Amino acid sequence: MILSVQDLSFRYNSHPVLQDVRCEARPDEIVAILGPNGAGKTTLLRCMNAMLRPKTGTVMLGQQDILSSSRREIARSIAHVPQHIEPPRVTAFDAILLGRRPWIGMNVHKNDILKVQAIIEQLHLSGLALRYVDAMSGGELQKVAIARALVQEPRLLLLDEPTSSLDLKNQHEIMQFIRSVVHTHHLPALMTMHDLNLALHYADRFVLLKEGRVFAAGGEEVITAKLIAEVYGIPVTIQRWGGRSVVVPHANADDSMGSPGIPAGR
Amino acid sequence: MHLDISTVKESGAYAGYIQKKILFLSACTGCLIVLAFISVGVGSVMIPFSDVVQTLVYHTSGNAEMIIWNIRLPRVLAAIICGIGLAAGGVVLQSVLRNPLSSPYTLGVSQAAAFGAAIAITMFGAGTLGRLVSDAIVVNNPYLVTICAFLSSLAATSVILLVAKYRSTSPEVMILVGVALAALFTAGITFLQYFSSAEQIAAIVFWTFGDVGRATWSDLAIIIAVITPCLVYFMVKRWDYNALDSGDEMAKSLGVNAEQVRTVAMFLSSLIAAVVVSFLGIIGFIGLVSPHMVRRIIGDDQRYLLPGSCIVGGIILLGADTVARIIIAPAVLPAGVLTAFLGAPLFLYLLIRRNPS
Repeated sequence: MILSVQDLSFRYNSHPVLQDVRCEARPDEIVAILGPNGAGKTTLLRCMNAMLRPKTGTVMLGQQDILSSSRREIARSIAHVPQHIEPPRVTAFDAILLGRRPWIGMNVHKNDILKVQAIIEQLHLSGLALRYVDAMSGGELQKVAIARALVQEPRLLLLDEPTSSLDLKNQHEIMQFIRSVVHTHHLPALMTMHDLNLALHYADRFVLLKEGRVFAAGGEEVITAKLIAEVYGIPVTIQRWGGRSVVVPHANADDSMGSPGIPAGR
Repeated sequence: MHLDISTVKESGAYAGYIQKKILFLSACTGCLIVLAFISVGVGSVMIPFSDVVQTLVYHTSGNAEMIIWNIRLPRVLAAIICGIGLAAGGVVLQSVLRNPLSSPYTLGVSQAAAFGAAIAITMFGAGTLGRLVSDAIVVNNPYLVTICAFLSSLAATSVILLVAKYRSTSPEVMILVGVALAALFTAGITFLQYFSSAEQIAAIVFWTFGDVGRATWSDLAIIIAVITPCLVYFMVKRWDYNALDSGDEMAKSLGVNAEQVRTVAMFLSSLIAAVVVSFLGIIGFIGLVSPHMVRRIIGDDQRYLLPGSCIVGGIILLGADTVARIIIAPAVLPAGVLTAFLGAPLFLYLLIRRNPS
């Protein structure tokens, strides 16, 4: 199942937020949507599941035209984990069960309960199942939110800054969790991210947005010091460490002139 | 993506957890039924419990039967039905506005309904003045009163929806909206009183006290005809309210049309408030108190919170009316006074607890 976004444009009042955006995602693949604040990352994600209606453009998930599908049909195909989760006073089991909402009519059936049980067992969340989500840590809450997204049985996973409010340990734990979920269920996942190093560590491909336009898209090779400086407006050096690329921002512009100890970037 | 459930067994722990909630609802229902039988026998004429059961079950004749069927039973049923309706309106408003302080009373919807009903009674002649204080207002056109109350409460609801759309549904904003609307419609009632005779003023003041004793069998039929379909609709939409409890964004991603669900829920809550106010006057805090009491015990899951709040709403209003009948017997206090005594401290507690800083 391939997600294909073509020529997507969105305006908020008369202000263009997204212009002619194109991107793709394939199964087993994490695509990181990067860019500075206000670049249109979250808006792009919201347009992909028709939460916001774009002015022009198409969003195809396989053969399904998302923008002309009903809200329930979209919810059966695309699961979205928002950045801010407002936890009600329900158990993790009930919070995950809510993910079956697009599939259930009046009542929950035994199969819905069993699917929740299955995802809890697969993701090793049995210890959390009967705990109230409003008393959970940020990391636990995020895992429950991802489990709820998966119990929707989606064909595409959208995550809006899934690590934004987490500490370092939890950031990596959640990203490993997402990667394992994507590979186990052969899902494409798109996620907006601010942390470039976390994105470089876990994402397979990258879409860099600047002022609502795709500035660059592709694999790790597109993440260059020059490109980041142009998109984010801050000089950086990209070092190789442990076989991976690491973005090192310069505290002030003078640092970019080749400080001792910082190897030449790509 | 497809989840394989061929090897999965149902969790016994979750089934047990759900059983506890069902047990709680059953216990509350039992309490409500017992309280109803007790309440039928309580008042200026005390009727023994056994006589109440005999009269209701075997239709025995005599004074007890006349008092029970003509006075007590409509009163008890009105308390139960209106308590259920107000609690349902409160729990649904709290969910769709994601605001624990919402209820028809705190948002000014009840006061708006009272203003509309007062207009119908004083200006359109939908009510006549009785000779005694105890029957100061006789509503002879309940449809006109209900329609005016509903239109007025819709005006208040529209303001709330507009503020929610363009500003926010934060507790502080909603409470300020409620204060503004309550002040506006109370001022409207005062305006009507200013141009009324002394008897009319007394009648309006008396009428705005919430009192379940005014309901007749025909009033009750209208109240039930309005509240029952609203309750059925709320129960059908319980999953949508669960989704909205996690925020609009989450609800939309689960296929819920958040704006439509919110608008219809507020529309129906206003209708419930309007019909209750039209026949019984303003009864405050039931919609605020009962969801909070139930929420503390069984959580926010609307599958159980909604029916639980309704049953507890019925218990509170019936209990308040029963106490109101005996506390200064043979005189009878309006139940609305007692619900305000119960609800106001809880309201303050919730406000303080929300923002300890």
